[in-house]
Amino acid sequence: MSVNRVLFDAPGPRARRRIVYVTGGSVIVVLGVLGLALRQLDAHGQLAQYRWRPFLTTPYLRVIWQGLEGTLRATAMSAVLAFPLGIVLALLRLSPRRVVSWLATAYIEVFRSIPLLLLIYAFLLALPRYSINLPIFYKLVVPIVLVSSAVIAEVVRAGVKALDSGQGEAAVAIGLRYSQVMRLVVLPQSLRLVLPTLVAQLITLLKESTLGYAVSYPELMKQGDFLTARTHLLLQTYVIIAVIYVVINFLLGQLAAQVERRLRRRPGGSAFARTRELDPANPPGARLATTA
Amino acid sequence: MHVLTDNIGFLMGGVLITVELTVLGFLGALLLGTILAVCRVSPITPLRVVASVYVEFFRNIPLLSLLVLVVFGLPDAGLTLSTFVSAWICLALSGSAFACEAIRGGINSVAVGQAEAARAIGLTFTQNLRFVILPQAFRVMVQPLVNTFIGVLLSSALAAVVSVNDLTGRAQFLNLESAEAVLCFLFAGAVYLVLALGSGAFGGWLERKVAIRR
Repeated sequence: MSVNRVLFDAPGPRARRRIVYVTGGSVIVVLGVLGLALRQLDAHGQLAQYRWRPFLTTPYLRVIWQGLEGTLRATAMSAVLAFPLGIVLALLRLSPRRVVSWLATAYIEVFRSIPLLLLIYAFLLALPRYSINLPIFYKLVVPIVLVSSAVIAEVVRAGVKALDSGQGEAAVAIGLRYSQVMRLVVLPQSLRLVLPTLVAQLITLLKESTLGYAVSYPELMKQGDFLTARTHLLLQTYVIIAVIYVVINFLLGQLAAQVERRLRRRPGGSAFARTRELDPANPPGARLATTA
Repeated sequence: MHVLTDNIGFLMGGVLITVELTVLGFLGALLLGTILAVCRVSPITPLRVVASVYVEFFRNIPLLSLLVLVVFGLPDAGLTLSTFVSAWICLALSGSAFACEAIRGGINSVAVGQAEAARAIGLTFTQNLRFVILPQAFRVMVQPLVNTFIGVLLSSALAAVVSVNDLTGRAQFLNLESAEAVLCFLFAGAVYLVLALGSGAFGGWLERKVAIRR
């Protein structure tokens, strides 16, 4: 239920007329801006057919496809490593042992507060001098996992906090040990609460994989670099790649929204209401939402 | 240690560029985000559609992809900007999508009863927004907007890929020049950590400061 429905009354004749005018005006402005952009592109020959045609041919498609494969592989590997690590970190941070909790907190705060690129440069440029030389794929994946697990830990922790404390207390009351309380009662429900946010986290992982560009791992951005070095169709290549990213991320976003709708309908949806502030797009731990 | 003491001016220059990029980028994002949020709650359908499409697009495009398009792509279309300005524009564009959602979330978080009550005592639309909705919405927006700010700070490092000489870029440069590589990265990491945790702490303080005691 959003506020703006009650901000103003149903429009009367004058307001309706004004809405029509502004609607017409805004359509003209938007089309004008788009038109200007297209004219600028056309004036520099960027819309010419010969600049776009090649992307329908097999060699071009193959290069882009390889890039997509690399992107998906890096994203999947990051997810497989970062999600379990994030859950473990959240549990450690929630641990009743002061030292353990403090260490986990320190890890989470540090890796949430430094840019991924800096970490990648460290793995790429600095660590090899101390003979820590990972394969290129892991020079990309390991920093992503280090950073993302911290963010995921915060999301999971928010889920645990949002869960009715009666659940944990009831589990203690029937005599379960701390580990059992967490494993059997608290964690399964908390994870369900933050599932949409976790799905949306895949978007962040996918975006972060673009930094393969910096480590020369052949994902989409790097393959784009490879294509432009040979064809000089820079604008076209990167527009197509950007569209691919936007489409995949949009679908992932829709998936997250779908999961959220399903959870809301289920019994126990009332607990879900408390996580409303855990907007999948803007989760509490995700300062990183915009990082890549 | 020499590498740090000898190049402290160089590194601090990088810190300055990072801070400039972050602050300017965030201000741009805030301005654009506010306009977008207003569009998204307005009764004008085309504005709502355009704002939604804009937010979906810029939230889903990786910043690096946007940077490459603007820095290397736009010159092909006859628009040549300095790398700093390009990076600033990209940060503002992608940040604005997140700022818009933070602002919209703030407005939506105000209980409907508040707006209804304001309507019931006869406040007009503007009075309603000014005296009832916005003062409450701003308080809820503080934390998400601080997170957006930190997001812009961390994203600004990506400008180093398109050769802006910010903190990350300079740390990487010094690393190539000197033998004490780890120090450069530790220093840069520490600066980012201080900036991010500092803004987070400031956000927490601000949130407590403006909180309504009920």
